[in-house]
Amino acid sequence: MDKTQNNKAWFLVLPVLVLVAFSAILPLMTVVNYSVNDTFGQNEFFWEGLGWFEDMVTSDRLHDALGRQILFSLIILAIEVPLGIFIALNMPKGGFWASLVLILISLPLLIPFNVVGTIWQIFGRVDIGLLGHTLAAMGIDYNYTNDPLDAWITVVIMDVWHWTSLVALLCYAGLQSIPQAYYQAARIDQATRWSVFRYIELPKMKGVLLIAVLLRFMDSFMIYTEPFVVTGGGPGNSTTFLSIDLAKMATGQFDLGPAAAFSLMYFLVILLISWVFYTVMTNLDREENR
Amino acid sequence: MSQITLSNLAHSYFPNPKGEADFALKEMDHVWQDGGAYALLGASGCGKTTLLNIISGLVRPSQGRVLFGDRDVTDAATTERNIAQVFQFPVVYDTMTVRDNLAFPLRNRGMDPAYIAKRVDQIARMIGMEDILNRKARGLTADAKQKISLGRGMVREDVNAILFDEPLTVIDPHMKWELRTQLKSLHREFGHTMIYVTHDQTEALTFADKVVVMHEGRVVQMGTPEELFETPEHTFVGYFIGSPGMNLLDAEILGSEARLAGATVPLEAGYAPVNGRSQIGVRPEYVQISDQGLPVTIRRVEDVGRHRIVRAEFCGQPLSAILPEGTDLPATDARVTFATGKINVYANDWRVQPMGA
Repeated sequence: MDKTQNNKAWFLVLPVLVLVAFSAILPLMTVVNYSVNDTFGQNEFFWEGLGWFEDMVTSDRLHDALGRQILFSLIILAIEVPLGIFIALNMPKGGFWASLVLILISLPLLIPFNVVGTIWQIFGRVDIGLLGHTLAAMGIDYNYTNDPLDAWITVVIMDVWHWTSLVALLCYAGLQSIPQAYYQAARIDQATRWSVFRYIELPKMKGVLLIAVLLRFMDSFMIYTEPFVVTGGGPGNSTTFLSIDLAKMATGQFDLGPAAAFSLMYFLVILLISWVFYTVMTNLDREENR
Repeated sequence: MSQITLSNLAHSYFPNPKGEADFALKEMDHVWQDGGAYALLGASGCGKTTLLNIISGLVRPSQGRVLFGDRDVTDAATTERNIAQVFQFPVVYDTMTVRDNLAFPLRNRGMDPAYIAKRVDQIARMIGMEDILNRKARGLTADAKQKISLGRGMVREDVNAILFDEPLTVIDPHMKWELRTQLKSLHREFGHTMIYVTHDQTEALTFADKVVVMHEGRVVQMGTPEELFETPEHTFVGYFIGSPGMNLLDAEILGSEARLAGATVPLEAGYAPVNGRSQIGVRPEYVQISDQGLPVTIRRVEDVGRHRIVRAEFCGQPLSAILPEGTDLPATDARVTFATGKINVYANDWRVQPMGA
């Protein structure tokens, strides 16, 4: 079919461009502006060039936060993805129990982030929290406010509690789309449970699983509210992830220049990783359709 | 390989069936001989697939028992039954190659790799896929996928039976004929018990030694194609098999005579008094047009090449006749007679045996 050439059609895109300019590009440009200037307020700027970027690239503080951030994301992915798959495989397939389980499993997803943080902050307290007090009563030395390992465990478990449901729900949707005939054929072919998972369930879940991994990675890489409410980034800097560090730098110390340079690099890292995911996913699709 | 016995079997999809109408399969007792080639024929929704799934263990019957040889397998899982089944729509393992798909049932049984390789090659040749064995099954067309499903069904040599659930639905007509011939030769070669579900009578009659006709959850007749043609046990068999189906005319049976709306048709044997709705059934092949017998009105003549099908009417009931090419038809006052010995008598749709038979 011949396409009609009409360059006036570009004007139709204009409203979107204007909207995006005001909502995303202009604010981002102010960040860019901060990142190449030094300011002490009063709208006075002194040109810094790429100085802040150089500082940030070589900053141990940023390296440490990035390391903690990557470790955190990997840990929660390593727990939430297999656990989510496991839960999805064992959920009832239909009827009353399926609805009930779906509702129960969705509940954590409906709770606002700072409420999740508050729940776990109280839950883990040794003096009044159910978890902390019970552990203490059992003679286990647990205190997330002064033991870095305990703080990590608390933050990781909190994230698993909050977000495993998302992985489970996505996998469940993937599993529901498998026709019964596949399971029947597998029984006829005398396949083991593992083979059924490996050759029927996993391939059908692959698409949603990639989305789940992407969403969980992005969210965990940007995590702020929950650990901030529970540990405030401590003890010391042990649970200070990138966002927490950034917020400390920008609003705590009012180091706007370095913070702006930091946030731009943070943004680029996330963009890069999303691009990798996108490429992998589209390539998989292409392979599927070949 | 073993004989399959269905004893006192019935199945309902309702947990507490109220009456006979709730049963997808009505009570039945049947024996499927070891090594037989059976076709299970019937209209859609008559319980064919249910019966197949009960034999393979995908469905547990609500009552009765399934025996393989002397072994009661009613509660045995599908995997324990060592049975092959090919479904109506292709099921392939997408991420595997064609070769791995074919080898899958053998690998699950822990067979020797050398044997698996040999057997897979053999099956691939049979389904004509030897040159794409290393391709991923995902991108193939529906009929190629169905051939893989068929191949997977036939790859195990030691199965108790191979069940086919309308396997050729998605395959194009030319390939259909070829695959059916191959199934037939495979049967001759290995002697597996094969049960082939279809609603296509040509498919059933060409494939099977014995055809099992099902109607509304009941096996109405199990017999050779010839038996189904000559002596249908149920009026459903009469009109489902044959083209056009058997003529059925309401009649009063009096000894060795049938009275139809004033006319009389002699029967070859005497019948005991018949209760309920009584009919006589005559195949169109055995109806002759002549100048005596029952008066009919000819409605239409269809020329189908080697013969002509005459659609007529006798006292408001349709009656067809198959006549050889070139037979003259009277312009008015057509009458028909029936070949002697080819008239079956039915009471409430079931065939009545003549006395002394």
